[in-house]
Amino acid sequence: MTSSITTASKGSKILGMTSIVGFAVLVLLAFFVTDPDIRFHPETGEEFGQFDAVRLLYLHVPLIIVTYLAFVICAIASAGYLVKLTFWWDSMAHAAGEVGTLTCALVLITGSIWGRPVWNTWWEWGDVRVMSTLILFLLFLGYLALRGAFVNPQRAARPAAIVALIAVLDIPLINRSVEWWENRTLHQKSTLSELKIEDLTLFTLMLGILVSLLVMSWLILHRFRVAWLEHVEFEQGIKTAIEERRQMDNED
Amino acid sequence: MTHLGYLLAGWGLSSFIVLLYAFRLLKRGAELSARVPSEHARWMSSPKQNGR
Repeated sequence: MTSSITTASKGSKILGMTSIVGFAVLVLLAFFVTDPDIRFHPETGEEFGQFDAVRLLYLHVPLIIVTYLAFVICAIASAGYLVKLTFWWDSMAHAAGEVGTLTCALVLITGSIWGRPVWNTWWEWGDVRVMSTLILFLLFLGYLALRGAFVNPQRAARPAAIVALIAVLDIPLINRSVEWWENRTLHQKSTLSELKIEDLTLFTLMLGILVSLLVMSWLILHRFRVAWLEHVEFEQGIKTAIEERRQMDNED
Repeated sequence: MTHLGYLLAGWGLSSFIVLLYAFRLLKRGAELSARVPSEHARWMSSPKQNGR
């Protein structure tokens, strides 16, 4: 009994459609409704600020938040696997780890693109936040490589869980780096927690975070289902191989 | 609008990469769903999975 139906379900379709509509509204607000960042020097009256480049805020910051969340889910699921040793926890860790690595790559890409017009540089090796984010990305890239290195995915589960639990410790370092090493970063301190931004900007930023959370949930859900099916297929392959071997032995 | 190239690069590249990944997930999911019995897809049927 086979099924040609995909990994989609009614719930995931609703989630996907909501994400698409939310993204369309976000683009509309980010590009056409919110104001560019233009300020005037109090003495000279000269214009300064990020101008329209500030519109990358609504993409970059939500991506950072969902990256943190995906890796925290990965770490919690990894701990769950080490305690329960069930495939459900391992699949969840794998799904969240892969989606988090993808969004972390996007954080680095969008940060680089945003940095060029604002800081006049694509990349700053001395920036502690940039470097700690790069380390996080490389750690989880290693996590995924470790998973791919084993023929039997179940054998990768335990070492991968340990790597995830160690790698996630980089997140508080990234988050607090602008305060702990404020002279070694181009990043400003958190404007979100101190609410130093205008109402519409804040609303659009919150919408960006919400849409990113929806997209991340959809991706993790589908990646989890793919991992689940891969596991079932692998188990079936082993069972089939054992049965074939038994038949051969009986024939002999 | 200033910095349009940077905006399009940032938003466009991110959207493209996420869409590509989502498409790849759906394609892989469809391939696997065709090979695996539907009772193992818990999101499609009642949970008869044996707890692994």
